[in-house]
Amino acid sequence: MGSRASTLLREEEIEEIKKETGFSHSQITRLYSRFSSLDKGENGTLSREDFQRIPELAINPLGDRIINAFFPESEDQVNFRGFMRTLAHFRPIEDNEKNKDHTASEPLNSRTNKLLFAFRLYDLDRDDKISRDELLQVLRMMVGVNISDEQLGSIADRTIQEADQNGDSSISFNEFIKVLEKVDVEQKMSIRFLH
Amino acid sequence: MPPSLGHSLQSGLAGLGVSGGHGPPGLVSPGSTGEQVKQVQPEVAEEEGSHHGGGFKIVQWEWSYVQTPYIISVWLLLASLAKILFHLSQRFTTVVPESCMLILLGLVLGGVVLLAHEKQLYQLEPGLFFLFLLPTIVGDAGYFMPSRLFFDNLGAITLYAVVGTLWNAFCTAFCLYGVKLLGVIDEKVDAGLMDFLLFGALISAVDPVAVIAVFEEVHVNDTLFIIVFGESLLNDAVTVVLYKVYMSFVEVGPANVGTAECMKGLVSFLVVSLGGTLVGLVFAVILSFTTRFTKKVRIIEPLFVFLLVYLAYLTAELCSLSAILSMTFCGIGANKYVEANISQKSRTTVKYTMKTLASIAETIIFIFLGISAMDKTKWAWDTGLVACTLVFILLFRAMGVIGQTWVLNRFRLVPLDRIDQVVMSYGGLRGAVAFALVVLLDGEKVKAKDYFVATTIVVVFFTVMFQGLTIKPLVKWLKVPRSTNRKPTINEEIHERAFDHILTAVEDIAGLQGYHHWRDKWEQFDKKYLSKLLLRKSVYQKSELWEAYQKINMRDAISVIDQGGNVLTSRLSLPSMASRSSFPEVTNVTNYLRENGSGVCLDLQVIDNVPGARVEEDSETHHFLTGNLYKPRRRYQSHYSRHFMPAGEQERQEREVFQRNMRSRMENFKTSRHKRHKKDRSQKKHRGSDTREQEGNEKPRRNVSWQDKDPVVVPVDSEMEDEREEEERSEKEEDIGITFVARKEEPPKQRPQSVPAALEACDSPSMASPTCGERFLPWKVGAGSLPPCVSVEATKVIPVDLQQAWNQSISSLESISSPLNLNPNPRVTALSPSSRPVSSPPCSFSQSEKEQQKEEEEALSEQQQEEQPLMSVRPPAPPLSSTPGERRRNPCVYLRSLVTVPPAGNTETHSRGPTQL
Repeated sequence: MGSRASTLLREEEIEEIKKETGFSHSQITRLYSRFSSLDKGENGTLSREDFQRIPELAINPLGDRIINAFFPESEDQVNFRGFMRTLAHFRPIEDNEKNKDHTASEPLNSRTNKLLFAFRLYDLDRDDKISRDELLQVLRMMVGVNISDEQLGSIADRTIQEADQNGDSSISFNEFIKVLEKVDVEQKMSIRFLH
Repeated sequence: MPPSLGHSLQSGLAGLGVSGGHGPPGLVSPGSTGEQVKQVQPEVAEEEGSHHGGGFKIVQWEWSYVQTPYIISVWLLLASLAKILFHLSQRFTTVVPESCMLILLGLVLGGVVLLAHEKQLYQLEPGLFFLFLLPTIVGDAGYFMPSRLFFDNLGAITLYAVVGTLWNAFCTAFCLYGVKLLGVIDEKVDAGLMDFLLFGALISAVDPVAVIAVFEEVHVNDTLFIIVFGESLLNDAVTVVLYKVYMSFVEVGPANVGTAECMKGLVSFLVVSLGGTLVGLVFAVILSFTTRFTKKVRIIEPLFVFLLVYLAYLTAELCSLSAILSMTFCGIGANKYVEANISQKSRTTVKYTMKTLASIAETIIFIFLGISAMDKTKWAWDTGLVACTLVFILLFRAMGVIGQTWVLNRFRLVPLDRIDQVVMSYGGLRGAVAFALVVLLDGEKVKAKDYFVATTIVVVFFTVMFQGLTIKPLVKWLKVPRSTNRKPTINEEIHERAFDHILTAVEDIAGLQGYHHWRDKWEQFDKKYLSKLLLRKSVYQKSELWEAYQKINMRDAISVIDQGGNVLTSRLSLPSMASRSSFPEVTNVTNYLRENGSGVCLDLQVIDNVPGARVEEDSETHHFLTGNLYKPRRRYQSHYSRHFMPAGEQERQEREVFQRNMRSRMENFKTSRHKRHKKDRSQKKHRGSDTREQEGNEKPRRNVSWQDKDPVVVPVDSEMEDEREEEERSEKEEDIGITFVARKEEPPKQRPQSVPAALEACDSPSMASPTCGERFLPWKVGAGSLPPCVSVEATKVIPVDLQQAWNQSISSLESISSPLNLNPNPRVTALSPSSRPVSSPPCSFSQSEKEQQKEEEEALSEQQQEEQPLMSVRPPAPPLSSTPGERRRNPCVYLRSLVTVPPAGNTETHSRGPTQL
């Protein structure tokens, strides 16, 4: 299937994606074959249902949130470009990229963009703030049933209070960056795509 | 005691009992250890004679009886003292690694013995080393291995351990053989290819002992450390197999070695490594499973850990599998479950004991290495061999690292850069394992054994001393990222967990069966089956995140308190505020403390008024506390340091100190209370006022101290607590009629100062509550304060009516903060004409007394200080129990953290106290 899939992808399209996402040619064709195998409707786009068919995602506590992250606002379909754009967030930062001057637009896999991706998972209403409720929702997803609302509430309070700098009882993106500044996000938000 | 240990230690000591011991070396008779013992010997004989003669000797010298343990103890003591000595100078030890110093000390000792005896009495016995010294170090390393880090880098570690070691072994061996053929190595070195292969096998393995000793002082970043360290542990299988295979080759003779033998070697490698790992994992399961059921026998929990981990080592050794692998994996595998199952105290015990043992074993190894080196008879020097070996091991280590890293970096998410490679090459230290193996060689079959011994010693010394000495400057010079021993914040805990989920999901979406995919699979499996099987039910149901949260919370609270800060005002306390008013929070605190096994005590016995102090006094107190409370000496150490507990541990330690203090204070209080009982009369005299007397009789007061500003955790041991409960019970029966405030003994000044606005407030809720007659444990959480911790042992039963108690305490709190509530104390009024609230101490003093007290204040401040941290509040007496005796029934201790701002009513009440008189 992989070989057939690559033929369906036009060269210029690959070039564009390469430019935008930094994936290599072989990575793109490989991921395109994955994309096509997910695409049960064979219409060149993926719907939420296509994602939800992935069995492992069903048991991932944040699965739905992550699926949502693939869909641009108010859209139900994602094409291969969009698919790759999202995946590009998780491309490891390579050495030659580190020293690149920042005049060009920031690559998708920059530290900030990685963090932004994570931030958006929390920030449901897209107001660029993680409110207590939003945090609670994610926490609830990540913990089991054995933890009470009060316990979770105190965790959330503590979390927000630790991060909150301007006293608005919510975490802005800047505050989010700040609390994670000591974390090796580049490594912890990257996966290795096969070459 | 195994003979080897006894013997070696004894002869070792003989080496130390320097001055003129003439006894035959190593002889197991008393007297070989120097003059002192020599004097003794006749006595021993005499003693024997006396047995026959029937005479009775008052003092007998039983040297032969205590000899072995005595010598071992003295040895351990010496080693420990040596450590103290090295650490006397801070600046010195930062430059010179301890292992160097120990080896030097060993050399000196060995030299002295050599001068005295012409013959080295001692050398590192392989039996002693492999059966006792090595397992303690490996056990510690395995059990405290950061498992996530280890498995994250498992691929790299395994590659370096297997391929790297093989590469080193073969290249070194063949090249040595080559230079031998070229004639660089002297003709006297009678060694063939097989001998060199054997030698190459034992000299090529990176040594865990040396790596730990050197790297823990260097603090390179975690990834780098885990790779070198993991390699040193995992290459044991390779070393063992190569060593054994070549031994058999040497024995059968090189001519008879065919492909069949080589295949056997390969199979043997698989069996030894996988078998060793399997044995370790089996023992890990057994160990975890066992600790599920130790609830009733907490005290021997640590013993299970030690025994089973050690048994894993011995069992592997028994089946001639890789013992180090077995022990390492037993430790790694069991750690998670065991730590969750056993109590906090056991955890601390395990940690300390393991670190102590490992540290002392390491010390002994290095000292003995030094001593062994001074044995001329074992040596045969050949410059060519030594020089070539040194060059080759360094060269091939570097080549191996570079080559493997190049391969690895194609697969690694975070490539190892050039600097990492330099440190890894340079950090390939050889150590005691190589030495013990070379000593084990059979001199009959390996003709060149003496040369090999000398070479090994030089190599070990060179790597440990020269490389150990220079690696620190090198790391500094290369600007290798150091490890930061930083505890994750709650945000990091949460978000990193989220990251893991995200990455797993993305891998699944991208159709990659990557690392995260499998890790997630494993975690699912672990959760579904393993944890269910190996964890206690109570533990299993807990959320990791919640645990992490609690840990962090506790840590912060403790550190704030330790620094004399105010939990209340600090931002740390805020999170709990939101849910403070809900009952479950209390249970959480309880759970939490129960889990942590420490924290604050709710002491059932200490009950008294809280002397509400004036604001100035409060601030005074605050400053005093700030100045005098334990200040954490923060010297952050590496995670892997055996010599120092990581910072978290330190804090725990401090907490324990804190607990101890508190306990002693309570003890003090207790005694003073009893004294008071006796002093009843005299006190009455002192007071001279009828009303006061009456008041005293009215109700037994408890010593209480609390501060508005500085809530302090009052920790009590669980035993302590039991004791107290016990005591309380007995007191209920015996103590009826004690009517004096415990505090009385002390200069009265304290009481007047403390005008109990808060106290009164506390009382009032009790009035309101019909249930106050019942025994309850009100857990008081001050408004806006972090719930102080209450130390309750896991086994402690929480009173059923906690809810009630909670309600009460909440209402009392509310009343505290509302000035309006001041002194609506009908009960008191009914009891005493003066209508003083029972619990308000100031009432019992006249104004003049009060002034006097004030004068005394300064002198007494310290004493006061001591009392203040104890924040317990006299539980409100039930209205129905108006007789003094009955009232005693409800002693409760509140854990109090107090309102940030002293209630407005404070001053008011304060002034009101005297007027009431």
